[in-house]
Amino acid sequence: MLKIENLHARVEEKEILKGINLEVKPGEVHAIMGPNGSGKSTLASVIAGREDFEVTEGSISLSGEDLGDLDPEERAHAGVFLSFQYPVEIPGVTVTNFIKAAINESRKAKGLEDMPANEMLSKIREKSSLLEIDRKFLSRSLNEGFSGGEKKRNEIFQMAMLEPKLAILDETDSGLDIDALRIVANGVNKLRSKDNAIVVITHYQRLLDHIVPDHVHVLYNGKIVKSGTKELAFELEEKGYDWIKAENE
Amino acid sequence: MAYTEEELKKELETKEYEYGFYTDIESDTFPKGLNEDIVRAISQKKEEPEWMTAWRLEAFAQWKKMEEPEWANVHYEKPNFQDISYYSAPNKKPKYDSLDEVDPELLDTFKKLGISIDEQKKLAGVAVDIVMDSVSVATTFKKTLAEKGIIFCSISEAIKEHPELVKKYIGSVVPAKDNFYAALNSAVFSDGSFCYIPKGVRCPMELSTYFRINQAGTGQFERTLVIADQSSYVSYLEGCTAPSRDENQLHAAVVELIALDDAEIKYSTVQNWFPGNKEGKGGVFNFVTKRGLCERNAKISWTQVETGSAVTWKYPSCILKGDHSVGEFYSIAVTNNFQQADTGTKMVHLGKNTKSTIISKGISAGKSQNSYRGLVQIGSRAENARNFSQCDSLLMGNECGAHTFPYIEAKNKSAQIEHEATTSKIGEDQIFYCNQRGIDTEKAIALIVNGFSKEVLNKLPMEFAVEAQKLLEISLEGSVG
Repeated sequence: MLKIENLHARVEEKEILKGINLEVKPGEVHAIMGPNGSGKSTLASVIAGREDFEVTEGSISLSGEDLGDLDPEERAHAGVFLSFQYPVEIPGVTVTNFIKAAINESRKAKGLEDMPANEMLSKIREKSSLLEIDRKFLSRSLNEGFSGGEKKRNEIFQMAMLEPKLAILDETDSGLDIDALRIVANGVNKLRSKDNAIVVITHYQRLLDHIVPDHVHVLYNGKIVKSGTKELAFELEEKGYDWIKAENE
Repeated sequence: MAYTEEELKKELETKEYEYGFYTDIESDTFPKGLNEDIVRAISQKKEEPEWMTAWRLEAFAQWKKMEEPEWANVHYEKPNFQDISYYSAPNKKPKYDSLDEVDPELLDTFKKLGISIDEQKKLAGVAVDIVMDSVSVATTFKKTLAEKGIIFCSISEAIKEHPELVKKYIGSVVPAKDNFYAALNSAVFSDGSFCYIPKGVRCPMELSTYFRINQAGTGQFERTLVIADQSSYVSYLEGCTAPSRDENQLHAAVVELIALDDAEIKYSTVQNWFPGNKEGKGGVFNFVTKRGLCERNAKISWTQVETGSAVTWKYPSCILKGDHSVGEFYSIAVTNNFQQADTGTKMVHLGKNTKSTIISKGISAGKSQNSYRGLVQIGSRAENARNFSQCDSLLMGNECGAHTFPYIEAKNKSAQIEHEATTSKIGEDQIFYCNQRGIDTEKAIALIVNGFSKEVLNKLPMEFAVEAQKLLEISLEGSVG
């Protein structure tokens, strides 16, 4: 589904990704771990098409479609979803209105009419109960005054509504207490299917107790230096990133 | 209202004023220039009584002594007042029994505006007095209103039919010599709307006027007078469009509102005059004086969405004369490209326990300049007067400007005055977040702007709110590269 080949990317003059290769098949969950500054969030942003980064070499494709020339919104329409590490606030725009706009814009791009109001409403109901989201929450301004847990839950709610082919969860566990982590992880697990793929970006193994990955990759200094099964995550937890650093210096 | 949001949206889509168009109808236009004879001729053309002619001439005499104000934070080439034609009326006098008799070109214009009389008739609950190049062409729903004793007609008609009301109130809130543009308007106003709500009557529908400048080189000088008698209520909508022209067009309107004891007037405006092109050429100059007077326990609410005009100079104000009276001002002002707006309000507290609220939202894009200018004045006898002001500015890009000029004058120690102001910028992070959710940049900006403006949009009547949202989108199109 997602295929990344020899991806190099830089911001201004600084090269951050130095030849990434990654293939994620439908139904799979991949975890990308690594120390601070290894390029994890950059990889997420580059897949989503953020313009601050320049791809200098290599390619990214989704279900055979090259994403290289697509704008961020076109990638979203193609089925890429990024759960942000720091979701932004949009004052005055409710959670509901925002997701309506997102869904209808994607439909428009596919030549479809706006989703009928009743269908939208029942979908919102279904997904919010799936994620244990209070109805009142939906009429609040997007991310304004949200707790860390609320912000992340809102990201997963949007993912549930948009039903992407590929979801990238960027440090979804940061800023969450154990209860919030459990709710968010349960939400993600409910959304797993044989047709979609999930890439989980995280520092810590603890999220992977809840969202169990099929593959674990270690990103260090802009390259994937180790790949393995979920056991690799435990090993990392035990030995720390110094182990990786020592091997790659 | 038997009108769904969808239908309204569709109807609004037909209003393609952003493309600009104008109607080629033979007009009865005066020669350019202004002098006593022209003032007299306007009055004569409109078959006005002598007292009205005298009033105009007095205003003209005042105007000659005045100078165009320069204190506003706007820069423009001053109009040559001798190079303007002060009267233009559609030639074929409009006394139609049915739509079939109306000049088809005129009907076509209405259609382009999305306000064909046909559709308006269907728009149950909204009576429309359409001002087309200064002369009222059609007034609908008059009958329903008449049954309640409500008078809603052109000001020319009111001068003839209801001289006692006009004589008593015209110039009572905005005196002819109030300011340069008000004096000019008083001398040469061509037409406008008049509305009177009798004692204890709640106007059953939103009264609505559409203005439109049509004839090239014709200044438009509207005069609006709304009187809400004791314990009455009226909601009045004013919407404006103008065709694109490569020539500056002057507009200097005067609006006077009178809310007698326990009365309430809600006055909403959506203003979308031609703002000039992307290089800042052309566009309407909009110098408007709007003011309302509140008697005891009365309330006046101004709500405005200002998206058009090259230069805007406008301060809808409330004189809170009566005890316990309330004044409100809710405003969204959008400037893009080279537009300049200096707009705000004056709340003059004279009575005891008077209250005012000011919510101003300024949105600047392109190379535009957007200023809020507000005065809160508490008189010495205004015990326990209260004011709350909130001025928020939203900036897009690095070349525009937002300015806030709040003035406070309190002569009574019991006054409570609060002022809050914020300035924010649409961030790349916000845009990318929206993009990532499949929302393109233009739509993302519209979404953010709508959220920012929500408190004010919520104050508009529903059908106006839809139009206003659409306008915000149109106004900011192409504002991000």
